[in-house]
Amino acid sequence: MEKRLRLVAPALAIVLAAIASLAFAEIPLSQRRSGYEQMSREVKAMQDDDTSNPASLSVLDGEALWTRREGSAQKSCADCHHDAETSMRGVSARYPAFDAAKRRPLDIEQRINLCRTEKQQATPLPFESRDLLALTAYLGKQSRGMPIAVISDDDTKPFIEAGRQIYARRQGQLNLSCQNCHDDNAGQKLAGVELPQGHPTGYPLYRLEWQSLGSLQRRLRNCLFGMRAEPYAYGADEYVDLELFLMWRARGMTVETPAVRP
Amino acid sequence: MTARALINVPRKAKRGDVIEIKTLISHVMESGFRTGTNGKTIPRDIITSFACTYNGEEIFATQFYPAVAANPFVTFYTIATDNGTLAFTWIGDNGFEVTQEAKIVVE
Amino acid sequence: MDAMARLLITRREAVLAGAAALSASALPAPAAALGQMDTAIRNVFGEATIRAGKVTLDLPPLVENGNTVPMTVSVESPMTKDNYVKAIHVFNDKNPQPNVISLKLSPRAGKAVIATRIRLAGTQKLTAIAEMSDGTLWSGTEEVVVTLAACLEDLP
Repeated sequence: MEKRLRLVAPALAIVLAAIASLAFAEIPLSQRRSGYEQMSREVKAMQDDDTSNPASLSVLDGEALWTRREGSAQKSCADCHHDAETSMRGVSARYPAFDAAKRRPLDIEQRINLCRTEKQQATPLPFESRDLLALTAYLGKQSRGMPIAVISDDDTKPFIEAGRQIYARRQGQLNLSCQNCHDDNAGQKLAGVELPQGHPTGYPLYRLEWQSLGSLQRRLRNCLFGMRAEPYAYGADEYVDLELFLMWRARGMTVETPAVRP
Repeated sequence: MTARALINVPRKAKRGDVIEIKTLISHVMESGFRTGTNGKTIPRDIITSFACTYNGEEIFATQFYPAVAANPFVTFYTIATDNGTLAFTWIGDNGFEVTQEAKIVVE
Repeated sequence: MDAMARLLITRREAVLAGAAALSASALPAPAAALGQMDTAIRNVFGEATIRAGKVTLDLPPLVENGNTVPMTVSVESPMTKDNYVKAIHVFNDKNPQPNVISLKLSPRAGKAVIATRIRLAGTQKLTAIAEMSDGTLWSGTEEVVVTLAACLEDLP
């Protein structure tokens, strides 16, 4: 009996894995929901009112940084890009975007740092630093209310596909993929919390758990940690590919930056 | 970068109106009860008091404890009495002190 | 700061007044029998009578994370010169420290309603106590269930 079980168990695991992979289907475009819709009345109110949204403080920081001269070039963002409210409108909604020189997509954080190193002759800002979060929040705010519009073309398609592969790949000690939670079981409860579909509509966002603003990469790191998988280093290509895939998956959805989430 | 505060006071009000005032300030509100990765307690660093004056007269005062969440947000009400200035002051550990003002026109 | 000092004096006076009202033989209940919140409340108000009512605590009944919990406290009061809420104190039962926030109001508030965001270390009860201008004390209590998110972040 015991011997038979031992034989059956792996076979069963294979069958289950096959079922799980068959069950995977992308969420139809019309059925996609922002995590906002799953939030309580109180948290929605926090996001909706600028004075009550703690991320507004970072937007103000970002606005101040926009005009601050930096690096040995002593140039500010505004010196080249002028008024962010016009020049940066819709920009964050298109990121990650392909960079011809780097021959790969860059996320908005990397794009800002490229400006810093190449145009301002300044040191790049560390991921999750107060200043980088502030600048991305300020830029993101300029796309608030606009549809997510990352570009899918010959340049970016291979990277969207790479992101999709990471999204679908089982990893970590729990042997979970992103899609196990966010496609197959979105809307189901996990330890009392309703699983969101995982659309990055509001980054950088203020998480009540973090009690601070954080980037999409921090959230992805958080997920990998939850899956007992090894997180990538901040700025890794894998993260950017995932970000690009997730933004493509959320194409057309409305930018909420800076959002609030539990 | 210094602390940043955001205050929402109606620019105009009718005399006698009860107006809502919303305040938000950036602060970690480190409780003093958390342990860092080195195993040592992270020292307390909180805002301890917040008060509002209306043309110099105190109209509202609070004392914060570590149970107030990071980036403290407080809303309260006051009666619009006169044209003038509302001043908001936050005081905390390690010499933290921020004052910000808002003007109001009362008709 | 002055306001808080005054508030504290008022509280001390209240405690003294409460103590004076007691006969020498009427000892306060042993602290060990009370939870942290009740002990803290006794430390502030002594044996003064606290009546349930007039105070409403508005908190989400269930939160996913206790790090940032919206809270509104409202007290029924005409807020006139002769009849107003002088102070509100909020206490908790399970945080490392029993105090949450103390507020001083005046008739100039027009309305005794305040909102803030607080931290709750787990499911617990909160009590808000209002000190009225006539010296009476009123309280409201609410319980919040704190569930835990499935995927918590490691220490940064």
